[in-house]
Amino acid sequence: MGLEDLLGEGFLATRVKDLLAWGRKNSLWPMPFGTACCAIEMMSTLSSRYDMSRFGAEVVRFSPRQADLLIVGGRVTLKMMPVLQRIWLQMPEPKWSISMGACASCGGVFDTYTMIQGVDQFIPVDVYIPGCPPRPENLIDAVRLIQDQISSHEIQQVIDEQTGVPSLPRLKHMQALRAERARLAGTPAIEIQEPA
Amino acid sequence: MKSRLPVADLEAHARQRREAGKQATERRLERERGLARRAADWLGEDLIEFIEFRGQMTIVTKLARSNALLTWLRDELEFDMMVDLTAVDYMKLEGDYPERFGLVYHLANTVREARLRVRTYVAEEDPRAPTASNVYKAANWAEREVYDMFGLEFDDHSNLIRILLPLEYSGHPLRKDYPLRGRGERDNFPVIRRDREDEA
Repeated sequence: MGLEDLLGEGFLATRVKDLLAWGRKNSLWPMPFGTACCAIEMMSTLSSRYDMSRFGAEVVRFSPRQADLLIVGGRVTLKMMPVLQRIWLQMPEPKWSISMGACASCGGVFDTYTMIQGVDQFIPVDVYIPGCPPRPENLIDAVRLIQDQISSHEIQQVIDEQTGVPSLPRLKHMQALRAERARLAGTPAIEIQEPA
Repeated sequence: MKSRLPVADLEAHARQRREAGKQATERRLERERGLARRAADWLGEDLIEFIEFRGQMTIVTKLARSNALLTWLRDELEFDMMVDLTAVDYMKLEGDYPERFGLVYHLANTVREARLRVRTYVAEEDPRAPTASNVYKAANWAEREVYDMFGLEFDDHSNLIRILLPLEYSGHPLRKDYPLRGRGERDNFPVIRRDREDEA
């Protein structure tokens, strides 16, 4: 490598986007969306026995605005889906998501009128984990797959055209979603006041 | 811990307890039967049926008198607590029922320790009933649940909106003609994709 030869010991030539990806993949901040027994396995994965911090993903954030990895573990009901969509929109770019277990991926055995049959129908999903519930090793494997996706730049972050920075969640998304939901259901939209 | 009583005494003691329990049950049954009979007599012609099944009393009344009966039970017979209010869809149940929906009130008398069930029928063509929330306040949310799940409407209810399902839900899932997998309500969501988030 030419540049490294010129600069001598202690220098490494790389691209900025690779450097960023290297930083991102080794410091994933997960947002746990645990609604069922998958969440128990998730806790187990995060705690000392399986220790997800070995892979740099131990800082669990319960605010979506501080997280970049959404882990959906468990059943998602009809009433929960707007919440999940809202959480996904609140996460800043770049962001990734894992659909953990049978229920989140395809509804599992819960094929009734209240249950969403796979969260990937309504939000983006990057890695699916099979299992009911999956073993902690499966979750760690999924995080490793996410890391591979990050370093290979598979997921492009969405850049806001007006400001030129990674797009941030805005309330107009939520209100547009709410209106769209009412339109699809054929019922009048419910107004939500914008927080001051 | 070892018991100081000999085994024979323990057995006698257990037998006594069982006997006392049986007698208490008998007394309670007698009390409930008496109260239910009084209510049935008060109803007179509007009584459809008086049912005693496995020690539980049910009075089936005409819809028009149901609220008057509840008020009378509360004021005269001291049925001071509404334990539950629910509905039944008899659509696919075998047997002869005058109307499609049954509205069931479970009452308790905490003064004299007695329970009573009041049932009335609501027609499919006109699924309306008078609200019981002005007799028992506990009926308010229970009626909202019945409205949510069965689509029965309650006249003069203070806030008859869905209680469990999302407000934009259409349909009443505990009706027997409602499909288990819904009528597509769970697919009524906008889709968020990465490439068109700003349009969403």
